[in-house]
Amino acid sequence: MATWTWFHRFGSPPWVYGFAARWAPWFGGAAVLAMLVALYGGLVLAPPDYQQKDAFRIVYIHAPVATLSMAVYSTMAVAAAVGLIWRMKVAHAAASACAPIGAWFTVATLATGMLWGKPMWGAYWVWDPRLTSELVLLFLYLGYMGLRAGIDDPQKADKASAVLAVVGFVNVPIIRYSVNWWNSLHQPPTRLVGEADMDWSMVWPLLLMLLAFFLYFGWVLLIRLRAELLRRERNASWVREVVA
Amino acid sequence: MKTGALEAARLVMVRDLRLAFRKPSQLLQPLMFFMIVATLFPLTLTPELSRLRDAAPGVLWVGALLSSLLALEFLFRDDAQDGTLEQFALSGQSLTWMLFAKTCVHWLLTGLPLALSAPIAAVGLGVPAEAMWSVVASLALGGFALSLIGAISAGLTLGARRGGVLLSLLTLPLAVPILVFGADATQRAITGGEIAPPMYLLGAIAVLGMTLAPLAAAAAVRIGLE
Repeated sequence: MATWTWFHRFGSPPWVYGFAARWAPWFGGAAVLAMLVALYGGLVLAPPDYQQKDAFRIVYIHAPVATLSMAVYSTMAVAAAVGLIWRMKVAHAAASACAPIGAWFTVATLATGMLWGKPMWGAYWVWDPRLTSELVLLFLYLGYMGLRAGIDDPQKADKASAVLAVVGFVNVPIIRYSVNWWNSLHQPPTRLVGEADMDWSMVWPLLLMLLAFFLYFGWVLLIRLRAELLRRERNASWVREVVA
Repeated sequence: MKTGALEAARLVMVRDLRLAFRKPSQLLQPLMFFMIVATLFPLTLTPELSRLRDAAPGVLWVGALLSSLLALEFLFRDDAQDGTLEQFALSGQSLTWMLFAKTCVHWLLTGLPLALSAPIAAVGLGVPAEAMWSVVASLALGGFALSLIGAISAGLTLGARRGGVLLSLLTLPLAVPILVFGADATQRAITGGEIAPPMYLLGAIAVLGMTLAPLAAAAAVRIGLE
């Protein structure tokens, strides 16, 4: 089955270690380049918003990291499921490498959201459905990392945290829906500028920044994955060859 | 003749109930905890019944959640320590069904009594008498969903150090929907609104939990036993 060989190669820690080493600089270079161009486009070229003035520019960080905070959770859950189903060590390593990255994206989303909320809503924190589900997402990440840290046997920790990631993944849409329902009782959700209202000169830096953050995630993930593989396979002969 | 899955589940239920009633003091502890939590709110917030009534859904649900977390620690722990769970897993019977039975018993012994005794706390919080049945119903249904979700975390934390704190950390985010719909149902009951919509959603979560949670719990317990 020639089509499946690529999949099997991903099951081999030394191959993935080398793969990550080859690709990490490309991801990193592209991420930095795209980020610089998008920053110039967003901070200099794009006109100020007619209502929010220059304060809207935080969207160029806030929206991409918010997207990533959820995309990383999905990546983690998929990697965890692959690890559970095909018993792939590399997939478990990738899932565990995702968690701290996703947690930091979530923290960054909350922090930039709070900074944005102060001038726009007059308060650092409002119980908006999106803010609340983001906070719950942070708790999900913390629970995942806590469970991993709490179990001494690495293989047990892999499998138990993988079950948790999958359970959490099933739960995320329900949490999202329930939080929307909950808040609709108190106040209508605060609407930000709709995409259709945005000028193209404002939109392209946003899209480019989103791409940049995806590339950045890929870069950091590959670096963390290499470290994780070295740590896990520290008794394997290939690690001794690589390190020597 | 081989014992069927349902028969095995029934036997587990009978065994768990019998064991629980031999240690009645352990059954009362979550209830007492719930009552104490409900007492603390008037002391810290305000003694005025009209203001307590606004806070009542939150007080009842947070109290119920905390006492259910307290009881969850004992769902699998004793059986894991004395090897009973291992025997369950090796018995050739469906572990999923047996854990589902254990979870049902857990609800019968903690969630249901808590819901039934909630009116005592609710009276003290200024909840009107005509709302009591709805309050009991929402807590009973929500408590069942909580037990199901909690069974997954209880299974996952079997092999973990400091399992108690971790159990709360894992369960609370997953319990958000139950808390939201449950507190909303209680809120509507108190203000005399229509409680059906949040109750349907709670019921949907309970059904989804019945379908998926025992499978996840069985997977978690097997990992813990390896």
